[in-house]
Order: sequence, then structure tokens, then C-alpha cells
Amino acid sequence: MKKLINNPEDVVKEELKGIELAHPDLVKVFYDPDFIVRADAPVQGKVALVSGGGSGHEPMHGGFVGKGMLDAACPGAVFTSPTPDQMLEATKAVDGGAGVLHIVKNYTGDIMNFEMAADLARDEGIDIESVVVDDDVAVEDSTWTAGRRGVGLTVLMEKIVGAAAEEGRSLKECADLARKVNGQGRSMGMALTSCTVPHVGKPSFDLPEDEMEIGIGIHGEPGRHRIKVESADKITEMLLEPVVEDLPYKEGDEVLLFVNSMGGTPLIELYIVYRKAVEMLEAKGIKVVRNLIGPYITSLEMAGMSITLLKLDEDLKKLWDAPVKTAGMRWGM
Amino acid sequence: MAITKDDVLNWIRDFAQVIEENHEMLTNLDREIGDADHGANMRRGFKAVLEKLPTVEDKDIGTILKNVGMTLLSKVGGAAGPLYSTMFTKAGMTIGAKMEMDLNDWAQAFEAGITGIAKLGKALPNDKTMLDALYPAMNALSESMGNGASTGEALQKSADAAHEGMLATIPLVARKGRASYLGERSAGHQDPGATSTYLLIKSAAETWTDC
Repeated sequence: MKKLINNPEDVVKEELKGIELAHPDLVKVFYDPDFIVRADAPVQGKVALVSGGGSGHEPMHGGFVGKGMLDAACPGAVFTSPTPDQMLEATKAVDGGAGVLHIVKNYTGDIMNFEMAADLARDEGIDIESVVVDDDVAVEDSTWTAGRRGVGLTVLMEKIVGAAAEEGRSLKECADLARKVNGQGRSMGMALTSCTVPHVGKPSFDLPEDEMEIGIGIHGEPGRHRIKVESADKITEMLLEPVVEDLPYKEGDEVLLFVNSMGGTPLIELYIVYRKAVEMLEAKGIKVVRNLIGPYITSLEMAGMSITLLKLDEDLKKLWDAPVKTAGMRWGM
Repeated sequence: MAITKDDVLNWIRDFAQVIEENHEMLTNLDREIGDADHGANMRRGFKAVLEKLPTVEDKDIGTILKNVGMTLLSKVGGAAGPLYSTMFTKAGMTIGAKMEMDLNDWAQAFEAGITGIAKLGKALPNDKTMLDALYPAMNALSESMGNGASTGEALQKSADAAHEGMLATIPLVARKGRASYLGERSAGHQDPGATSTYLLIKSAAETWTDC
């Protein structure tokens, strides 16, 4: 294992310390339990957004804390869900009296830990709504699995609902909006290489030089199919077709196209994929009216990418364009 | 003979040691079909439990087990954190403020713990989860008790059944947890959660053999 780390057990704590030193204008960092809140929290009268998950997906979620996006993020150990005490303390720290929305990615551990935290917070008199993100079309047979995973769409949901909370929408309106985003967004990802969890010290799965995994999640878990590496255009087709067919996205739809790096894939390759994806969508009469390209929801140093489509309407476009000021996403202010 | 609160403390300390010795094996099992963190998470959790124990070692069995549960909840994370936490917490609530318990008390606590796990995880038998080791262990325990076995014998039967249940997870296709995303590819691998729960029951059988 070659990594820029010190003691593997200190990885998350040392990362948090770095974030605290780098962005005092944006966030405050708390330790034991660990969580990050926006610098001006709690914002009185505003619905607060809390998310969290295992570390190793940076900039998600800590990099999305700030004005126009999340109020708090709870980082677990690498690829491990955070614990209920983290979510409870974060929820209390950001509650401005208008309620708190938990954005939870659909993984067994995340669901259980957030559920327990929500119960404890309600017990303390805080109004809580929880929304689950499950946009990964790679999980085909959801009756016999833990259900579709929450992947790329999480980033878009946090941005859009964050903007809605900022403009003063109620807890129920924010939760309904989040569910609407979940209902019209879909993703799929692939890996060219595995990744190495620091405290494990070896790759999460072995992938021969000439093979790739199609349908991966974001935790280094292997995908559904392993096949020989293909061209960027072929791979783009393999991911985009199932995404388009699933909703389905139709002629005349306006969409946001999000091409995400799993951490190790450079922008030059993401733009090659983006180009092919736009061509394919245009041929189907689907208009790409917004985009996001880059590493936003990663799996450590894994090479690979995911494609997310979100069907837009005027409200979603306006919320996407609204100002945001976080370490990982910043425009309009 | 009775199982005293000191026996319970010894069991927890022994299991912490077992985890220390087996965490790499558990993580490797999880690496094959999950996300390669089960051993590391359990190790972190039981290290914290060992630090917590001195503050409750004079207390009753229920209090000790509930404290173990709360410590695991805040230290383990993942799915194993809430699940193990629930097992210890429910067991502790069932036993209550007793300084010693008999096998019948233990059987009831064990069942309450397992019921808690099933409710939280929403898993069924043969979903390739820790329940596939726990249910056989629970059934073997009550069957042995019905046959008038000694505490040591009954616990050994329970551990043997957990071992069989653990091995029986190998051919199963996972239907819960992260392994379920692999579909058919999860078959042929032993479930990490069933493995750690077998070790927990084995540790009880070995620690309480003369109770």
C-alpha cells in the first residue's frame, strides 16, 4: 500500500483537522463524536440538512457543508457508516427550530444508524424527516437485495434541497422535494481499478490489468459484471443506456448530466465520457441543460466513473443555479 | 450452578481477545463479499468496551450488558454496530438487575437479543447474515435444556450449532447487507457476521463451561 497517510487509524481525525484549518470561514469541526457544521450554525428559522456516511468519498459529505447546501455532515470511518451519537449531536447543533432533514444513502448500516439517531432526536423534541437516496440502477433485483444503493444523485439532492432550505421552505416541502429528486434521478458506475482502505492495506477487490467492473457502488464493493476493458464510448453506452431506460428518460426531457470521477480518473477522461453521453442523449431528443463534471462522490483512489441523470423542471433548475458556498462546490457567491 | 456477573465480564473480556486475534480474518471475509471493514470495526468496538468495563464491573449483569451495547453503538458503525448493540442491550434489559443468572435466564436473554437483531435488520433465515448462526444456536440451546443437559453441555451444543450455521452460509446467495449487491457472486463465501457471532457464542461456551 502506497498512501499519503500517517497511522491508518488517524486518517479521519487528521483529515478533519485539515478541513478545520483550511475552511474556518465555512465550517466548524467537532470531535468525539465527529461532525462538521456550517460556520454560522444553527441558522434560526431555517430547515437544517444533515447527511453523513463513511469517509473516503471526499468531497462528499464534509465538503458540501456550507451556505446553500448541508448544515452538517457526519463522517464515519473509511467506508463505514457513522454512529447514531454523531448524527444526534450534529442534529442538535444545527437545529434552528424549523426541523432537521436527514439525507441517508441506502446502505444497511447507514439506514440503521440514522434511524436510531432520528428516534433519539425526536425524543429530544426535534422535528425530523428522513429521506433515503437509492439511485443506483446497477442493483437490478431489489426484492432480493438491500435495495438500490445511494450514489451520485446524493450530491445533486444535497445541492438542490440545500437551496430550497436556504430560501425558507418548510421541513415537509424540503423532504417532498428530496423525494421528488430521488424519483427522477438515476445513476450507474464502473471501476477500472480497485481501491485500498487504509486500515486494510490491500485492494478491496482484485482486478486484472485488462478487466473492469461494471455496476460498482462507492465502497470498493465489487460490481455485478466483470468484463474486458472497452473504449470510453462503449463504456459510456454500457452505463448510460440502463440509466436512460430505467426511469425512463424520454424525448423532450431536460436533464442535468453528472459525470463523476471515482477518485483516480482524471478530468480529461471525464470530458471524453461527457462528450459521448451528450451525443447519445441528443440522439434520443433528451436535452442536457445543466451539468456537473468532476470528482464529487469518490471511492478513495479508485479509477472509474459514474453517470447520473436528473430530470429537471423550472423549480429544480432555479434551485440548482442558486448560490452555494462550500469547500467542494461553490458558485454565485 | 449459576453464571455470575464476573463470568459475564470474563466472557466479554475473552471475546474482546478473540476479536483481537481474529480481526484480520473477519476483515478478509468481508473483503470478499462486503466492504472489508468488519474485523476493524469489531476490534475498535471491543477495545472501547474493554475501556468501559472497569466503570461498570461492580454492577449487575443487566447494567453491564447494556453498557456494552451502548459502547458498541457509538464505536462500531456500519451495520454491525447497531446489530451487535441491539443484541447486548436487549439481552441486558431481559436479564435486568441480577448479579447471577441461570441457564434459563440466559436463554431468554439470548432469544430477546436475537429477536432484536431480526427486527432491526429485517433479515430472514438463509439471507446469509449473522442470524444464520444465531437461530441454530438458540434452537440447540433450548433443545439441550429440554433434554436436561448441564450448563456446559448446553452451551457447547449451542456453539456447535452456531458453527454449523456459520458454515452453512457459504453456499448461500446474500439477500441482505452489502453482500446482496453481488447477487450470485456472493455464493461460495462465508458470511463475516455469522462468523463473528459464532465466535461470540463459542467464547461464552468456553468461558462458562464450569458454571
